[in-house]
Amino acid sequence: MNEDLLVSVLKRASQRGATAADGYLVEESRFGASVRMGEIETLSHSREQRLALRVFAGRASAAASTSDLSRESLERVVDEATALARITAEDPHAGLPEPSALIERVPDLDLEDSGADLSPEEKIEIARRAEAAALESDPRITNSEGAEYSDRRAHYAYATSHGFVRGYATTSFGISVAPIASRNGEMQRDYWYSAARKRARLEDPAAVGRIAATRALRRLGARKMKTVEVPVVFDPDTAASLVRSIASAASGPSLYRRASFLLDRLGTKIAAPAVTIVDDALIPAALGSRPFDGEGLATGRAVLVREGVLESYLLDTYSARKLGLQSTHHAGRDGSGVSVSTSNLMLLPGKTSPKELIGSVQNGFYVTELIGFGVNGVTGDYSRGAVGLWIENGELAYPVEEVTVAGNLLEMLAAIDGVGDDLVLRDRTVAPTVRIGRMVVAGT
Amino acid sequence: MTELARTRPESFFSDRFNITSELMDRVLGGNLIGKVDDADIYLEYRINEELVLEEGTVKKASRHVSQGAGVRAQAGTRTGYAHTDEISIQNLDEAARQARAIADRSGGSGALALPTRGRPHDLYTLAEPPIVTDLARKLDLLRRIDTETRATDARVKQVIASISSEEVIMLIATASGWTVGDIRPLTRLNVTAIAEEGGKREIGSYGGGGRVTFDFFLETGRWRRFAAEAARLAALKLGAVDAPAGAMTVVLGPGWPGILLHEAIGHGLEGDFNRKGTSAFAGRMGQKVASELVTVVDDGTIPNRRGSLNVDDEGTPTGRTVLIENGVLTGYMQDRLNARLMGMKPTGNGRRESYAYPPMPRMTNTFMLAGEDDPEEIVKSVKRGLYAVTFGGGQVDITNGKFVFSASEAYLVEDGRVTAPVKGATLIGNGPEALTRVSRVGRDLQLDEGVGTCGKDGQSVPVGVGLPTIRIDGITVGGTAV
Repeated sequence: MNEDLLVSVLKRASQRGATAADGYLVEESRFGASVRMGEIETLSHSREQRLALRVFAGRASAAASTSDLSRESLERVVDEATALARITAEDPHAGLPEPSALIERVPDLDLEDSGADLSPEEKIEIARRAEAAALESDPRITNSEGAEYSDRRAHYAYATSHGFVRGYATTSFGISVAPIASRNGEMQRDYWYSAARKRARLEDPAAVGRIAATRALRRLGARKMKTVEVPVVFDPDTAASLVRSIASAASGPSLYRRASFLLDRLGTKIAAPAVTIVDDALIPAALGSRPFDGEGLATGRAVLVREGVLESYLLDTYSARKLGLQSTHHAGRDGSGVSVSTSNLMLLPGKTSPKELIGSVQNGFYVTELIGFGVNGVTGDYSRGAVGLWIENGELAYPVEEVTVAGNLLEMLAAIDGVGDDLVLRDRTVAPTVRIGRMVVAGT
Repeated sequence: MTELARTRPESFFSDRFNITSELMDRVLGGNLIGKVDDADIYLEYRINEELVLEEGTVKKASRHVSQGAGVRAQAGTRTGYAHTDEISIQNLDEAARQARAIADRSGGSGALALPTRGRPHDLYTLAEPPIVTDLARKLDLLRRIDTETRATDARVKQVIASISSEEVIMLIATASGWTVGDIRPLTRLNVTAIAEEGGKREIGSYGGGGRVTFDFFLETGRWRRFAAEAARLAALKLGAVDAPAGAMTVVLGPGWPGILLHEAIGHGLEGDFNRKGTSAFAGRMGQKVASELVTVVDDGTIPNRRGSLNVDDEGTPTGRTVLIENGVLTGYMQDRLNARLMGMKPTGNGRRESYAYPPMPRMTNTFMLAGEDDPEEIVKSVKRGLYAVTFGGGQVDITNGKFVFSASEAYLVEDGRVTAPVKGATLIGNGPEALTRVSRVGRDLQLDEGVGTCGKDGQSVPVGVGLPTIRIDGITVGGTAV
């Protein structure tokens, strides 16, 4: 078992002079099948493993990782990391969490599918059904970027040089479809997907395909708009991207670098009272769930924003110490060391149906897709390319493209005057439909 | 690590993993050749090192090693791909069998792949690759950058500077018996400054690099310039006014604003989208898609550039592809699969992020050739508009052609004069249309500093862009000032 390998690596680090060390090991296998216009396009298979190590020499530290788990390579990685830790500067806030704070009993969050694996043919068939449903749903669906089925099985283990070792396993499954609708020389692509920890919880492939087709079709005949300032309604997917921007500004590294529009805002009102944002890592069988974070600390349910008030930041051990706070157990682990990451991040639903939210707008914009990177996390200034439908007299009237929506995130959050009742936990970060009182939609 | 940098790819993989060209040929021959239309084995070893300075000291240092092999088999439009991070002959055989499983599901197309020809270039042999340069020198430079950036402007309160260095050793064996390797150094220096004044905070970033030695940063005061630019951008934005909203004349400065080309037309001219008919440019070869002032090329052969390669990730030597000549669409960028299926030649644009992915058509260094106008005259010719000099990222919807890119340094132009700096704003346009509105092209072509990374289908690869000063009549600026 490779957890033993992790322990032996940490032991070697101690022998090489490290005063403390921790390690994270991910072993995974993946399969993907993509189909386009009914034909298999790509089948891919892989098995991978990656060991990430963090080494302390007193208050100085360094990180290293490798995908080569041979004894020789691991020894080299340990030696390099300990050597690197000797050249970095001391940092009074560096260090592992207190051993007493580490998780004792790892809860079973039901993150692993116990069913038998499907054959490659069966997996290809799932992708084929999803795409076929899109292609057959309307004669204007004339082309496709294809459909894909994927699955992943992973095992995570975390260990420290103090003798702590815990692990857990997960599975995940996904289907996605990207059909193209065309009419009179105009082409529009859209997509839809379903993802789940359990294969049986995936949505019906044909239903995913039909939704993807409907989304592509409703974009046909898109118009450009004159520049106006109007109410803007974000659909659940685009509203989730706003939640992601808030989480990023609330994360420890952005804060101690003073690179966040939420700096010094803890305990203050940052959004309209309709806004409550929660990160809950313990929802059984959910995509973002994890029993402990990247530093072995037990996860839980954190309220980021309660009725508009910023109640908590998202912190790992280091950023918490820098800010004079306690870790919120949001350490994430990637190849380059420890970062902050969320689990199941949700804007909680309100009581208004999406239909009512749209119905409340005389003249406005319903956003279904955002493109580009126009979010300034330091100031909150926001300007992104948008696609969607124009709202006239409370009804979705016609598709719109080649416009931008712009504002400032703090002003946008304060101007949220409607939150839908349509929250579905279908991804790691989710939101219901959201209405913002006024934004500039720039066009011709 | 010195021995690593000096080795040849063939001897590196045979010394370290006992994988020789003959063994790779045997795996291909035994499992794939004659049974599929095309096949290859790709071996990769990558070392990456990153040093980060913040709050005046280097507290973060990391080193990462990744290695693996990918085996690909193709029949008709189908690709079977299997990869493993344990490079051994048993795993290659197993991966080859898995990759071939797809070929057994169908007959080939009969269109066999052309053998790869041509010698690889020698674009980035370095006296001392950046990955082997002494850490002490890198740490020292980061500390000097911290001091310099703070000294540039007293409002700078935070400096984050990083040096990342990488070395990739790859070896590819193709079904035609051609085996070729490459050693690819890459380095990048980045400086971020956060300035504060009167309760306002702003961020400025600047950087550069390429397939160059560490000394590149010390030459011609380059690092000082990066530091000063980061500080200047952050301070400048403290006084920025709201960006205008709506369609207007936009002048793009030289260099990095070439990201416009990358998004507006580059992706749309990648072979895969055109073969599938999903690109807004599909079927438009030979048609006018830009103003006659516009000639755009993709060139992977410029020495030491971030986007350059001696051979692409399928073993095809890179080249210079004219995408648009005097406004007329003349070329697509191709990998082997799409070239074969479209009856065209591979152009050396088959790239992959790592062994974990099959290659696809990607850009290298994409830029517009210089015109004849004086850049200052171009700005003077604008009555009311935007002068955009530095950009963040961009994105495109290939199918409807809509693209965005975000200005991080831009100014209002009023009566031919550059006036107030404006806050960051996204520019949005339509690929097949935007370049038809180019009315002036400057003589000041510049390539970017070497910071670009392009993402497609979840794969990131380093790229370059370039542009002379150009004027576009009518592009939508996504500001808030109505």
